[in-house]
Amino acid sequence: MTRPILAVLAGCLLTASVSAAEVGAILADKSKLTFVSKQMGVPVDGEFRKFTVNMNFDPAKPDAGRAQIDIDMASVDAGAAETNEEVTSKNWFNVKQFPKATFVSSSVKALGGNRFEVAGKLTIRDKTRDVVAPFTMTPQGPNTLFEGVFTLRRGDFGIGQGVWADFDTVANEVQIRFRLLTAAKKG
Amino acid sequence: MDTSPPTRYTTTAITLHWLVALGILGAFSLGLYMQDLPLSPAKLKLYSYHKWAGVTIFLLVLVRLFWRATHPAPPLPLSMPVWQRRLATSMHHLLYGLAVCIPLSGWLMSSAKGFQTVWFGVLPLPDLVTKDKALGDALADVHQFLNLSMATLVTVHVTAAIRHHLHGSEAILARMLPFLRNKARP
Repeated sequence: MTRPILAVLAGCLLTASVSAAEVGAILADKSKLTFVSKQMGVPVDGEFRKFTVNMNFDPAKPDAGRAQIDIDMASVDAGAAETNEEVTSKNWFNVKQFPKATFVSSSVKALGGNRFEVAGKLTIRDKTRDVVAPFTMTPQGPNTLFEGVFTLRRGDFGIGQGVWADFDTVANEVQIRFRLLTAAKKG
Repeated sequence: MDTSPPTRYTTTAITLHWLVALGILGAFSLGLYMQDLPLSPAKLKLYSYHKWAGVTIFLLVLVRLFWRATHPAPPLPLSMPVWQRRLATSMHHLLYGLAVCIPLSGWLMSSAKGFQTVWFGVLPLPDLVTKDKALGDALADVHQFLNLSMATLVTVHVTAAIRHHLHGSEAILARMLPFLRNKARP
């Protein structure tokens, strides 16, 4: 049973890694963690360029599925240089004090077909909230794509304080999209 | 029956002219003011207002062009030298051209910078170009250049109108300012 260990070691060399059981190592350059915020009614795309994924998922036993995602908050690209500077500062992510955001799953259930739902705890800054995200699992050649969307309220996490605290310029709802491509399981 | 050519623009043309003039003055001043502001909710709001104003001006200019095409402008007085009449006409065409191109350049720049234009926060305009930093910066230069050209031409346009009114024998300004009509008519 050295193969899974090798896979983990190989995965650790990538920005994003996976401790593979039923799915293989995550393909970091083909995986994306993006978000859409609304500024004055205008959807603006953003992205976290660095994150690590630790997951274990077998569609035959979804209940046993586990995932942890650690996000390097300073790797945010919120659409423009001045926005990035702002969003990493004290009023928003405060990356000096809170460099990492973490999602830890607590349960996964099957919704039928290739659809599933993961529930878990999301910690951003010093706030931890329950989130639920539906996702799909789609084979892509030898690889497997996990894709999902959910909406969080920035106010729940204290993201955007001071002058940004009201939601008339930057909306409370932020849509989070994840697209995780995992390689075929080795062994 | 009076068959002589009109001596002033139609009321619709006059209204549109002054609406567009006010709009351009407002959007131009706002554009100058907002660009160096530090990022804040106020800045996001002002950018949105500027973009909404730009779309509105663009639509008003389209209506103006349609009106102008279907309602000929009063001919310039024959007492004006030919070169002046030609210059005035060219100037008007350039101003129309800029009034069309400036909002277009702003819209494209906004798309290239990754910020869609949503008119009054309600009606999304399509992004004709995708996000591209180099293109966004280039379009920002174009937008600025066109605006400086507009500012220069408007200055000349206004100066010429006032000069004609004060020193010329022609009632040029009254063509566009109805309340001057009686005073200016011989």
